[in-house]
Amino acid sequence: MSIAVMAVLCFFFPISGQAADASGDGFQAGPFIIDHVTDSYGWHICGEGDKSVTIPLPVILVDGGRPVVFMSSKFHHGHAAYKGYALGWGDQKGSIVKLTDDYTGPLEEGGEYAVDHVCKFNVSITKNVCALFISLILIAWIFLSVAKQYKQRPDQAPRGMQALVEPVIVFLQDEVINPSLGKHADKYAPYLLTLFFFILLNNLMGLIPIFPGGANLTGNIAVTGILALITFFITTFSAGKEYWVDIFNTPGVPWWLKLPAPIMPFVELIGIFTKPFVLMVRLFANITAGHIIVLGFISLIFIFGQMAPALGYGVSVVSIFFYIFMGCLELLVAFIQAFVFTLLSAIYIGMACGHEESTELVK
Amino acid sequence: MELIKPSFGLIFWMLIGFGILFFILAKFAWPVITGGIASRNKKIQDQLDEAERVHTELENINQKYQAMLAEAKSERDAILNEARVVTEKMKEEALLKAEQQSQAIIEDAKKAINYEKLKAITDVKNEIANLSIEIAEKVIGEELKDEARQKQLIEKWVKDCNLN
Repeated sequence: MSIAVMAVLCFFFPISGQAADASGDGFQAGPFIIDHVTDSYGWHICGEGDKSVTIPLPVILVDGGRPVVFMSSKFHHGHAAYKGYALGWGDQKGSIVKLTDDYTGPLEEGGEYAVDHVCKFNVSITKNVCALFISLILIAWIFLSVAKQYKQRPDQAPRGMQALVEPVIVFLQDEVINPSLGKHADKYAPYLLTLFFFILLNNLMGLIPIFPGGANLTGNIAVTGILALITFFITTFSAGKEYWVDIFNTPGVPWWLKLPAPIMPFVELIGIFTKPFVLMVRLFANITAGHIIVLGFISLIFIFGQMAPALGYGVSVVSIFFYIFMGCLELLVAFIQAFVFTLLSAIYIGMACGHEESTELVK
Repeated sequence: MELIKPSFGLIFWMLIGFGILFFILAKFAWPVITGGIASRNKKIQDQLDEAERVHTELENINQKYQAMLAEAKSERDAILNEARVVTEKMKEEALLKAEQQSQAIIEDAKKAINYEKLKAITDVKNEIANLSIEIAEKVIGEELKDEARQKQLIEKWVKDCNLN
């Protein structure tokens, strides 16, 4: 049983070709894990090295004022350059670099290549961008069809997809949006609901090890950063007078903390930025950490398998057990993190609007 | 570190993608869904209120019905009682009347009988008197052929008459 499971997992968590080649001697857990939690220019399905099956994704650059578009398969997983463009290595890992000469062809392992510059305007459809599009289409489809059901069968008991999402929406309204925002609830509910389902769906998609899941979208700092930034902007721009008074002249604080040195206003001012920053880091760290732990358990199989195949099989039993345990935990985390991000966003916005209860909640 | 370095491409697509998703859902999905839920909640609440109201109304109607039933029962009893009393009275009256009537009939009959009796007696008396007179005439006719005898008789009669 466990051997069968391991065989399936070996198929979906192949040893990365790049990772294996980088050092030249066998499996390295660190690069393997990082490769799996970071972005890439192709969507790796299975296999390794030259035999790997990878969905090529378009590389879109604006370099030197002209657009450059080609498929990521031209890179051959970093083993080739195309018209002088190559995958970055070392400090430039993850970006696309322009070599000094417009060279198309294979790159030598360990060869010296002069980098002209790193392509700044790189809007390639990477694995994460592709996963983003898939999840956007999925979310739009789910909620538009649910909305259609509400239109077609008004005031009827929910059915199908409607029955699946309605309890969640009602829960969010009753436990998150209405208590934190009060009379402002209607204004911000669309953003908070979109936010929750976007995070939840991408968390869950990230847990699926195969295409179209498997991209670590909500464990990517850019994605969580944008979500936190949107919350930050909404909070700041919907802030009323009381919010700014609370920051620059915090009530209930001794005067000598405000004058002559504005210690308290300074701390409060930093708080404006730390709140969304923490939102960003919390989601990113929770999701990425979960993935790293799972990948660590999977790596154990290969590390021990390199010592002796029998040892690999033996460890796989333990690894699979822990993987299943972590999977359950991550499933829980997927919901909790989506909930926490939405709840805190709602509370921050509620505080900014001057809704008393959310202000109380934080104090 | 690649892991904590946000990439420009993803930020770019994330802003566009999430923005589009937000506007699509905010325009076409959330108002419909939340409105639908709120409308259904209202409908359910309305129906619960309506059920409560109907229940109360039914209770009232039932109470009224019970009251009416009780009233009708007591009325029926009263009517029955009255009827019984009236019947009793009527029976008594009828009996009394019948008695009176029979009494009266008996009285009348007695009177008639008496009258008839008197009449009959009178008739008999008259008949007897006539007969007596006829007999007397005949007797007298025989007797009064001589003067002395006449005188004697008259005196005797006068004497009798005085005695009467």
